[in-house]
Amino acid sequence: MLENYIPIILVLVIAAIFAGAIIASSRIFGPKRPSKAKVMPYESGKNPIGAARQRFSVKYYLVAMLFIIFDIEVIYVYPWGVEFKNLLNSHGMFAFWPMFIFLVVLELGFLYIFKKGGLKWD
Amino acid sequence: MNVWQLILITLVKIIIIITILLLSVSYLVLFERKISAWAQNRYGPNRVGYWGLLQPFADVFKLLLKEDIVPEAANKFIHSLAPFIALFIAFSTYAVIPFGPQVKIFGEPIKLVVADVNIGVLYVLALTSLGVYGITLAGWSSGSKYSLLGGVRSSAQMISYEVSMGFSIAGVLLTAHSLRPIAIVNAQYGWMWNAILQPIGFITFTVAAFAETNRMPFDLPEAEPELVGGYHTEYSSMKFAGFFLAEYANMIIASAMIVTLYLGGWQIPYIDKLGLSMGLTTILQILAFVVKVGIMLFIFIWVRWTVPRFRYDQLMNLGWKVMFPLSLLNLIWAALLVMIFNL
Repeated sequence: MLENYIPIILVLVIAAIFAGAIIASSRIFGPKRPSKAKVMPYESGKNPIGAARQRFSVKYYLVAMLFIIFDIEVIYVYPWGVEFKNLLNSHGMFAFWPMFIFLVVLELGFLYIFKKGGLKWD
Repeated sequence: MNVWQLILITLVKIIIIITILLLSVSYLVLFERKISAWAQNRYGPNRVGYWGLLQPFADVFKLLLKEDIVPEAANKFIHSLAPFIALFIAFSTYAVIPFGPQVKIFGEPIKLVVADVNIGVLYVLALTSLGVYGITLAGWSSGSKYSLLGGVRSSAQMISYEVSMGFSIAGVLLTAHSLRPIAIVNAQYGWMWNAILQPIGFITFTVAAFAETNRMPFDLPEAEPELVGGYHTEYSSMKFAGFFLAEYANMIIASAMIVTLYLGGWQIPYIDKLGLSMGLTTILQILAFVVKVGIMLFIFIWVRWTVPRFRYDQLMNLGWKVMFPLSLLNLIWAALLVMIFNL
């Protein structure tokens, strides 16, 4: 079965070669005449004010944390989804209710975040 | 079939598909410009070649001969790494998408997919998730305020919609009983398309695909009026072209995924009842795949020139408060379908 993954490795190698070639080509073919104004960070034609890497809203971190929680739940659902029919044949409705309860708990957690204002953007 | 034969056949497939992908990307750009011109009552590009058909090549050569400017405030290595990641993903995701049934060439059965692995859907999800890094790193490394804001916005947007995308795909897995894209296509025999069985999942997946590819109405990462060019403000020459190419290649891959998961892949309903020969059927089925992807691409472009851009809070609200519950609902619906109709 492992030989099924040989094509994947080939694709990844060829993709890396192509992507590298495209990135490198701009250095090879383009002119090189940097000037002070060219290498200045773009700020609509004005001199940049302050550093570029400033603080930004903590909301973005919150979204990232919520994403990690919910995306892991997605991965729990996948094996169940693939095997659901087999489980239904062998265990009957016991294949459905545990996952249903799991999803309800997930939804309750989501409602809690919602009520706490974790997803509010102002 | 020994290993060397496998490698040779795979290389041929990869070369063919990359060529088609690159050509279709360049012409997709032209079609986008033409369709936008029609939508706005203009002509669009019509000077380079007949009907502007050589315009993509002119654009590429122009970008190739431009200076590659790296801002002094930038982190040089990551500044180059970011477009590399974007391109790498654009060139490797197609590997598991089947574009036709199994064919026999010189008596050797050949599957019309580069890699037929039983984790195909996971492979696509894993690689498209990596796409966030390309854009976020581009925004962070450029050392420009616009880039940073574009990159941060984009990462939050892409991960928000990834959750509902994941749950929508879970609905497909329930009716297909497999993560193998070929099995998913085979399960949609006749009119058993997932778009018909699970209309909610189809809609949530399509909307999430729009958000993941940063297309209008979700193109806040590069909202021109407020962020100039967003994450690629500080990019020029082929690095800029790389982002551009990756965006359009991702659009093609997203369309191909929508077709594979929801619109029956290469299947034409009831074609076996017509009594056509094997070869003709195969060619028609490959054509059907191309036409379906083309229709999805047209919808991508059509929506861009019809719908205005969301405000950022509207975008996040839609992602979490509408799409996420809807995709969970679709999952329950798919489970009920399997239980009641024993699909």
